[in-house]
Amino acid sequence: MDWGWIGRNLDLIGGRVLEHVALTAPPIVIGLVLSIPLGYWASRSRVARSILLVLGNIVYTIPAIALLVLVPVLLGGAILDPVNLVIALTLYALALMVRSAADAFAAVPHDVVSSATSIGYSAWQRFFAVELPLAGPVLLAGIRVVSVSTVSLASVGALTGIENLGSFFIDAFQRQFLTEALVGIVAVLVVAAVFDVVLQLLGRLLMPWNRRNRRAAENPALLRTPPIGGVA
Amino acid sequence: MIEFRSVSKTYQDGTAAVEDFSLEIPARRITVLVGSSGSGKTTVMRMINRMVDPTSGTVEIDGVDVATREPVQLRRGIGYIMQNSGLLPHRSVLDNITTVPRLTGVSKADARRRAFELMEVVGLERSLADRYPSQLSGGQQQRVGVARGLAVDPNILLMDEPFSAVDPIVRDELQQEVLRIQAELAKTIVFVSHDIDEAFLLGDQVVVLERGGHIVQQGTPTEILANPATDFVATFIGAERGKRRLVVSDSTPAIGDDRVLVDGGGYPVGIIAAPGGRLEAGNPNPKSRSVSNKTDQAGDA
Ligand SMILES: Nc1ncnc2c1ncn2[C@@H]1O[C@H](COP(=O)(O)OP(=O)(O)OP(=O)(O)O)[C@@H](O)[C@H]1O
Ligand SMILES: [Mg+2]
Repeated sequence: MDWGWIGRNLDLIGGRVLEHVALTAPPIVIGLVLSIPLGYWASRSRVARSILLVLGNIVYTIPAIALLVLVPVLLGGAILDPVNLVIALTLYALALMVRSAADAFAAVPHDVVSSATSIGYSAWQRFFAVELPLAGPVLLAGIRVVSVSTVSLASVGALTGIENLGSFFIDAFQRQFLTEALVGIVAVLVVAAVFDVVLQLLGRLLMPWNRRNRRAAENPALLRTPPIGGVA
Repeated sequence: MIEFRSVSKTYQDGTAAVEDFSLEIPARRITVLVGSSGSGKTTVMRMINRMVDPTSGTVEIDGVDVATREPVQLRRGIGYIMQNSGLLPHRSVLDNITTVPRLTGVSKADARRRAFELMEVVGLERSLADRYPSQLSGGQQQRVGVARGLAVDPNILLMDEPFSAVDPIVRDELQQEVLRIQAELAKTIVFVSHDIDEAFLLGDQVVVLERGGHIVQQGTPTEILANPATDFVATFIGAERGKRRLVVSDSTPAIGDDRVLVDGGGYPVGIIAAPGGRLEAGNPNPKSRSVSNKTDQAGDA
């Protein structure tokens, strides 16, 4: 290990961490946003569900490096443009996330939805005020997986010359320099962990009932009947 | 007044849930639809707020065909209370009660003030306002459901087996609550039940349904008890051998002119005065149902 190298290259490391974040945050967010209407659709129609899940599986099976070459060819951009990587990662994120989103909406208790309709929610109001929040916990679980997978997958982009934490692996390989590889690995892990913490905090902030429900479920004294649609 | 005119409903899978159903539901009274499972009670009730649209026939509220009303607006003016309270699990008690008024544009402050009033009306402590439904007992959840149903001060309240999932003591309390609320607020209440005791306790008018939404009998509890229209009704209300077929017990002398009454199973159910061997007459139209056969057992616990 060459600890001195780390000290001398803090700027480089910091810069690549930022690159990495800039390349991976948009695909995670866009993947989530796009998965919501698709997942909702899939939860409503069996045909839509089959088609979307098969498509998702196919996209996820395409090797990353092939997709990185394919995207600029299909979209007519330069092969070194970081946007290609963002698009490719978004496709993977969406492919993974569609299944979670479909399950999330399918798991929203039917009687709660029907009750919201009976008291006068319009379809849109019901979607945003009832179905989306109740799909939240499963969506969160899904997006946490997508987040980790995206952060690790982004390294591949370095192979096509898109600068990010993966570039450390390529340098390390070319120069047979172990320190750089370890720095790359640790940095990727840290970025993934930070993303995960941020997602969990957002989840708690946006879904306060989710934690309290769980606590109530653990304390039977609070309950004489099981929670309706509660998270057990 | 709510009026059903030759209403039929066949679901998409071909189930004929309701066939040629006609009924007048008087305003400011409690009408109980009672019948066994699958007899079409829920289907009938949900046609009032257009959760179900009839295949043929019309449903009118005060002479206006509900089919001409926009469903979302219609539903916001009708209280709906269902079996599992149907509360939004991710909203606090207060937010659940204020949800419909908020949808109709009532200010937050007004909606909250009204919600606290309603919590008092249905017997909920203010301290429960910030809890989530899963942190309440089943009976408390139902009370919140009732408060939510009353939140927009609707003329019509639809109640679909609202108390069938709570224990008997809590159910008694909630039934008394409904009677008290009705005495104060005089709503048009349509109440679905499969429990004949509940129907007789609550109903000004009781409608007994058989499979397909066929009305076997309708009338006041007294009329139905006095003249069960069919064997089915007689069995259903227990008039033949059940707990409503009462006889005077010979074997047990009671104080003075009193006699002990026993039901079809031989269980003692009450006392009747028989001065000089003649049974006492009473008024079969209760002015207030505050004296129910159950309240005393339930106590003020
Ligand atoms: N959405 C639906 N699609 C198909 N059939 C239905 C639907 N809803 C109800 N049914 C059928 O219609 C009939 C009447 O149902 P309904 O729910 O009105 O009965 P109910 O009297 O309320 O019964 P319960 O006491 O069990 O609630 C039943 O045979 C039921 O299976
Ligand atoms: Mg029903």
